[in-house]
Amino acid sequence: MAGFNKVVTSYADAMAGLKDGMTVIAGGFGLCGIPENLIQEIKRLAVTDLTVVSNNCGVDGFGLGVLLEDRQIKTMIASYVGENALFEQQMLSGELEVILTPQGTLAEKMRAGGAGIPAFFTATGYGTPIGEGKEVREFDGRPYILEEAIKGDFAIVKAWKADRYGNVVYRHTARNFNPLAATAGKITVVEVEELVEPGELDPADVHTPGIYVDRVILGKFEKRIEKRTVRTR
Amino acid sequence: MALTREQMAQRVAQEIQDGSYVNLGIGIPTLVANYIPDGIEVMLQSENGLLGMGRYPYEDEVDADMINAGKETVTAIDGAAIFDSAESFAMIRGGHVDLTVLGAFEVDVNGNIASWMIPGKLIKGMGGAMDLVAGAENIICTMTHASKHGESKLLSQCELPLTGAGCIRRVLTDLAFLEIKDGAFHLLERAPGVSVEDISRLTAGKLIIPDHVPEMQLDA
Repeated sequence: MAGFNKVVTSYADAMAGLKDGMTVIAGGFGLCGIPENLIQEIKRLAVTDLTVVSNNCGVDGFGLGVLLEDRQIKTMIASYVGENALFEQQMLSGELEVILTPQGTLAEKMRAGGAGIPAFFTATGYGTPIGEGKEVREFDGRPYILEEAIKGDFAIVKAWKADRYGNVVYRHTARNFNPLAATAGKITVVEVEELVEPGELDPADVHTPGIYVDRVILGKFEKRIEKRTVRTR
Repeated sequence: MALTREQMAQRVAQEIQDGSYVNLGIGIPTLVANYIPDGIEVMLQSENGLLGMGRYPYEDEVDADMINAGKETVTAIDGAAIFDSAESFAMIRGGHVDLTVLGAFEVDVNGNIASWMIPGKLIKGMGGAMDLVAGAENIICTMTHASKHGESKLLSQCELPLTGAGCIRRVLTDLAFLEIKDGAFHLLERAPGVSVEDISRLTAGKLIIPDHVPEMQLDA
């Protein structure tokens, strides 16, 4: 790769370097804005003992759920799980360690990880099982718990558009955790629906500046809908 | 008569102020959106990153990239804003959301809330609930007053693991509207046809009953 051409053309190149025991941060909320092809590539690579950080763990047969099929995930850090039977089964049997983390704390852990902030205090979780064993400090008379940042060996991100500099734009609520994940990976890989020429993205409208991004790949997406709710005319 | 889920939503909706930002949880709180009075403007916050959530889409408007915190397909109203999850929880934790409505298994006289885990049953996670209860100044908790077996859910002390400590001030049940302060539940209103005695019998935590407890006013 010369200069600032971050575009790779195969998923093997996109995930090159992923090894057993690594930590992978994945963007997405439910099945919305998930890097579905990068996840499939992790399955193909058959790496194991992964720590996966993501708000949810997909569903049976789709999204991060596919990594459960061959027991590739050792530890899952998420705010809400249990949309898949396999997850439940592996959690109950103790094969899968689950660290439940409040959604806002999870987002902030990723943000902090990418922003060089090793830890932060939050009121979220104080007085609950989440606060147990964590350092507590009072500010203005209110107790807060210390939460540590998260960094990943890899961050896998789904976006709408990117240019070869790695400047990225997300679409609608598919943004969710993706920009935060993008900042927190030693290697950040973004898969997109559209590659555009430099200059096509208005600099003021870039959501994730290219400095955070190492690799960009053009993908095709199923974009499965978890709960299709409609009204009638 | 105990309130129906719809009537509970209707009563909560009366508390929504014109020009306010509101986060509605899953279940009864979601129904509140259907009863927001005409003529007032409200911005619904959905914690996956949408301020200005609209109605469900028509079939031909369905967009996989446009969902709410319950993972349902939705629309955005004119004037909406979309942002990432850290920004969304900055709004919540930073106290910028005017009203939060969420469900609970138990609340107690000190404003503690338990809503996310029942030991021995499958634990799915807290999602955004812990951030919401820690961040919001103004929370209305919607729940049934007692279990099917008649066990009170308004306690001296929550028995289940907490979602948040000392953060709930108002509770709407199917029987009553109550305020929590000074280590007690204060009865504000009762559901139409429900007696103060019934409410008292089904409230395990300390209950303060004023001389006059008005009936809730609900549209027919």
